[in-house]
Amino acid sequence: MRDRALLSHLGLVAVLMAAHWMLPAYHHDAVAKVLVLSVYAMGYNIAFGYTGMLSLGHALFFAAGLYGAAMPLTLWGWTGGPALAAGLVAATVLAAAVGLLALRTRGVSFMIVTLMFAQAGYLTILYLGRWTRGDEGIVIAQPLRRIMGLDLSDGATRYLAALLLFVLGLLACLHLVRSPFGRVMVAMRENEERARMLGYNPFTVKLAALTLSGLYSGAAGAAYALMFGYAGASLAGVQYSILPMLWVLLGGAGTVAGPFLGCLLMFYLIDYASVITSATLLVVGVALVALVLFAPKGALGALRDRLGKEGRAWLP
Amino acid sequence: MTKGLTLTPTRRSVLAGMGAATAASFFPGYTNAQSSEPIRLGFQLHRTGIGAAYGRWYERTATAALARMNAAGGIGGRPVEILFEDDGTDPARGAEVFGKLATQSNCDLVFGALFSHVVIGTAPRAAELKVPYLVCSEGHHVASGMLNRWTLQPGITDVKSQVQAMAPFVTSNLGKKVTMIFPDFAFGHDHRDYFTAACAAQGGEVIAQIAIPPTETSFTRYFPQIPAETEVIYHVMVGPAVLTFVKELGEFYGSGARPQLFGFIDSLEAVDINSSGLEFLDGSHFWEAHPRYKQADASDAETAYRAAVGVDDNGASASDAADVATYSHMFSVWETLSVIKAGMEAAGYTGAADRQKLVEAIEAMTGFDEGEDHPQGAKTFNGKTHQAFGIQNITKVEGGKLVVAHKTSVEDGMYPDEVDYTSQSF
Repeated sequence: MRDRALLSHLGLVAVLMAAHWMLPAYHHDAVAKVLVLSVYAMGYNIAFGYTGMLSLGHALFFAAGLYGAAMPLTLWGWTGGPALAAGLVAATVLAAAVGLLALRTRGVSFMIVTLMFAQAGYLTILYLGRWTRGDEGIVIAQPLRRIMGLDLSDGATRYLAALLLFVLGLLACLHLVRSPFGRVMVAMRENEERARMLGYNPFTVKLAALTLSGLYSGAAGAAYALMFGYAGASLAGVQYSILPMLWVLLGGAGTVAGPFLGCLLMFYLIDYASVITSATLLVVGVALVALVLFAPKGALGALRDRLGKEGRAWLP
Repeated sequence: MTKGLTLTPTRRSVLAGMGAATAASFFPGYTNAQSSEPIRLGFQLHRTGIGAAYGRWYERTATAALARMNAAGGIGGRPVEILFEDDGTDPARGAEVFGKLATQSNCDLVFGALFSHVVIGTAPRAAELKVPYLVCSEGHHVASGMLNRWTLQPGITDVKSQVQAMAPFVTSNLGKKVTMIFPDFAFGHDHRDYFTAACAAQGGEVIAQIAIPPTETSFTRYFPQIPAETEVIYHVMVGPAVLTFVKELGEFYGSGARPQLFGFIDSLEAVDINSSGLEFLDGSHFWEAHPRYKQADASDAETAYRAAVGVDDNGASASDAADVATYSHMFSVWETLSVIKAGMEAAGYTGAADRQKLVEAIEAMTGFDEGEDHPQGAKTFNGKTHQAFGIQNITKVEGGKLVVAHKTSVEDGMYPDEVDYTSQSF
């Protein structure tokens, strides 16, 4: 096959499919969660890794998907499919609306504006506690967590559903970044003024990228609600805006598979560190400092550089 | 002639032994079910995060209760182990930790979580994995029917019960016109809703509800909202801002007349009541499930429990007077472990296959007598709602100590069932 990038990413999918039958129960569930959160990280990567928009407010879009699905399920008796769609729509519309306002700024101002939007969203969830149950959150009962007859509370079904979502996100992202629009996104990241001189409207391109990023984040949020049965304000807090950035930096910003690798590494870093010390975050911090010092482009970014031309062919 | 015994293994027996050992390593759940193996209890611990002060004392309490239990023969003659896993006081991590304890460490059940958002975030995993989840949370979420049949709260009363039991004391002894000051999130909203209703039922009236945004660090600008005719201020602020809140409230009223104060000890768990800035609380009243300061009429069971968990008569660590315990809540860990033992022995628990029997055995319980297994006091247990009901203490700050002014009865805190978990399938 000439398309080495497609081959490498299909190889990852094959490994994850094989893992479905090979992993012990705990790791099987853990990887299912990592797959869902990787979709969130992929969305962040579209905005940050490829388009250069350093957002500190993506938890708003994740939470929009989360509550966009959870509230119709629990309050209005919707079924899983329409609720999932509602989560996607909520996050996408919100991302577009935030983009219309926030993209009037850039750089540090953009970080602060997106952070403020996310904080406003978090406080809104607390304020509407009568429906959202605020910080405590809400449980989505097992009978509601079904799509097309599939019980997403079942471990095996959940893993396969998470893998399906991940594969869709991965292949769509791979297609996007190699498309003409994907190259324009990278042009915005590398030199916005030069891209403008070539006739591209930075505002339009960045708005489209941010909206798409919101769609990914919302898909992950809605899937989280259906698959793990919980929606709470802590998932909308600033921590959940920082986490996708760390996952992307760890795995490799501007690489398609990097967000998954970063999310997986971070999960197990915390998991194993918590066994040996209560200073888990210190371990994470040291790991990130080491990353910045020795592999500033993240794990896959460093690998891609090391492999040179072949690396760029295999790891777009 | 009989064939003599030989200690020399044959090739066949060695292979069979290796095969059995290998199989055993692949099926740890099965081997754990053997009657000589320890019972493994998972503890979802708030070792880090916002609940760390509670977690520190919950771990000590669980360790002390475990030592006592094993010294008395364990559960059904089997030794007991507790595996602690830090959940970071985070609901997402809480669910992961539950799965780790249940499926990787092969624990028979998981218990110990306090913070409501962690419990609510974790409970779906308990139902998915069909593993009993015994929480020490105080939240009304168990008895409200929000959770599931695998989640039970037999070791501590819930906030609705606590508020309802104490409202008569507040309206009869402190005043009928109440202003509530509470954090503007779910914990505060529960108090707002339950106390407002309970106060009205007693002929009192909540004349103002002042919700403080959770990001607030200074409170002075909210105090002018307190109506002048207020007779009682009901406050349930929590977190690091509590000291500021009390200090600023004291500055607001100065040395002049002030309303009576009634608060929840949740605000000051693990905090020395004699800390600088808390002088304004002198003469005020608090709810305590389990009085921090040893009372003059303390039972032998209470004395033994206090010694076992390493707490002195002032509610601090026996080895460090500055290390104040979360004494009002941590008994729930001790008592939950007692319920686990009673439930497993009643169910004839032998292994993971008996988890459903264990839940049914606990559901069949109706109450617990006061004693060394339940030092906080006697309790009624409602198997349908999976919730315990017990006495509450109202203490008054006198001379730098919390002195019991009133004890409610168990019945004072009871309310109609809102769910029947026993009608739900497993």
